[in-house]
Amino acid sequence: MSEYVEQSLEVKKKGLASRPVIATIILIGGIIGLLLAIGISVSMGAAEIDVRTVWSAVFQYDSTLVPHQIIQETRLPRVIGAALVGASLAVSGSIMQGMTRNPLADPGLLGLNAGAAFMLAICFAFFPGLSYLYIILFAFVGAALGAGLVFGVGSLAKGGLTPMRLVLAGAAVTALLVALSEGIAIYYRINQDLAFWNAGGVSGAKWENIKIMSPWVILAILGAIVLSKSITLLSLGEEIAVGLGQKTGMIKLFGTLIILILAGSAVSVIGAVGFVGLVIPHITRFLVGYDYRWIIPCSAVLGGVLVVLADLAARMVNPPQETPIGALIAVIGVPFFLYLTRKGGQPL
Amino acid sequence: MPTLAIDQVKVGYSNLIILDDLSVEIPEKKMTTIVGANGCGKSTLLKAIARILKTQKGAVYLDGKAIQLLSTKEVAKKMAILPQSSQVPTGLTVYELISYGRFPYQTGLGTLKVDDLKHINWAIEATGLNALKDRSVEALSGGQRQRVWIAMALAQDTEILILDEPTTYLDLAHQLDILLLLQKLNKEQKRTIVMVLHDLNHASRVSHNLIAMRNGAIIEEGTPKQVMTRSNLKAIFDIEATMSTCPFSNNPIYLSYTLN
Repeated sequence: MSEYVEQSLEVKKKGLASRPVIATIILIGGIIGLLLAIGISVSMGAAEIDVRTVWSAVFQYDSTLVPHQIIQETRLPRVIGAALVGASLAVSGSIMQGMTRNPLADPGLLGLNAGAAFMLAICFAFFPGLSYLYIILFAFVGAALGAGLVFGVGSLAKGGLTPMRLVLAGAAVTALLVALSEGIAIYYRINQDLAFWNAGGVSGAKWENIKIMSPWVILAILGAIVLSKSITLLSLGEEIAVGLGQKTGMIKLFGTLIILILAGSAVSVIGAVGFVGLVIPHITRFLVGYDYRWIIPCSAVLGGVLVVLADLAARMVNPPQETPIGALIAVIGVPFFLYLTRKGGQPL
Repeated sequence: MPTLAIDQVKVGYSNLIILDDLSVEIPEKKMTTIVGANGCGKSTLLKAIARILKTQKGAVYLDGKAIQLLSTKEVAKKMAILPQSSQVPTGLTVYELISYGRFPYQTGLGTLKVDDLKHINWAIEATGLNALKDRSVEALSGGQRQRVWIAMALAQDTEILILDEPTTYLDLAHQLDILLLLQKLNKEQKRTIVMVLHDLNHASRVSHNLIAMRNGAIIEEGTPKQVMTRSNLKAIFDIEATMSTCPFSNNPIYLSYTLN
């Protein structure tokens, strides 16, 4: 067998190295891009603030200066919120696509976001003034409710859960939950409170939200990275995964929990924004290949970049009005979705 | 003590029971093929052996221990499974897919060690995939793809290989090609092979041991000469067959048949 050892060492030296190298470049490039996007986003806005002031506002904060206040109190939490939301949606989309082998899986398309938003409406209507810590917990439950309904409705049909059927069930459940949320909003006169959630926007993000949300998001993404190897196996098919000695039930349970935490956290800040979790994992997979050990961290970074840029665009398109961020992302998301459905929604 | 023993198992899907009180032993280092009509429970038996389906009663014993009580990763080091018509994820190369066969030996995030690479390269060599290893799996023909899945199972480095209809969707030449590959693995590597095949003549040609099933029960079990008889074919498939002998294996084959 010594010839195989030699061959193996050779492979280790050159051949197989290419993908991890590309993935590392994407990851590092993505992080640099994300930092740049954050920098630009913080300095641009209704009041133009130059980069030097931004720098000093972050690192030598002086609460007596108005530009410093704007940056510290509104722009910085907003942009960090955008990055966290983007990372959450993209990672939850990647896990969903890997676990279900469904190329159309996305927390928005499969009802998680609508479920979380519905729970927010209930929070505002029945428990006004609830602290954000509880709101985010309600959002997790809402995401679970939405997902449960969609998978329940989808599996009622004969022939089980096909990607298309799940998306249809997702659309139906989303329509129902959105209608219910609006009904609650009108009846309890909380339209104003819910408006920015429905349109989707990170303008409401405060340090308080970031402080509560970020540990959940960071832990969930780290958990996703720990699970990533298992998710790759699961994406080869359940029977293959069992045959290779994976405890598929446990992996699915943890995977689902992570998806719910990420989707719920994102919605509790930005509202029901779709397509991030659909588009980013596909682009990432195209760039770095099939290994979820790379797809998950790269998705997180690229998802952050997308939402930070979309938020920036939302402020720049028609100032001083804000364009709904959900609409802007849909401009990219809808054609992409149509492209994927034209491919027939074949299992991944 | 045989490596694999199925003892009074009851297996099914929710409330539909497919196998009830079925016992059979799989001889070690031999090729065993399960044959039977559609829906007779042969794939169910294979999935129960492979622990993909849990037994509701009875147990499958691997080296004398009940398989459900063993750690699933330990089982995966002893037995590899090739399910029916595995779908290939897009964008995966031959080498990458085969390397997943090493999962049972990995810990943590699972970087491949020299020993892993050794087994992967050996599996590629044994299945004759060297020239294709950097290709995308989805771009391969059906026969080549089946070889890739077999290579993945080989990389798993197990004594037992379990295959569910490994020749389905392949043309005549590629069917035989896969079967002869399995035969070679059995002869040279002494691997125990358990599979389901639809083609009786193929089953008779390469197997040491045949298990013939009907309606969830075993009708006959033994060497091809014992199982491939006119009366058994009638009992298993309700057909009247004309029998002959395979010039390559000297085992019985059917020439043609009519419905009973």
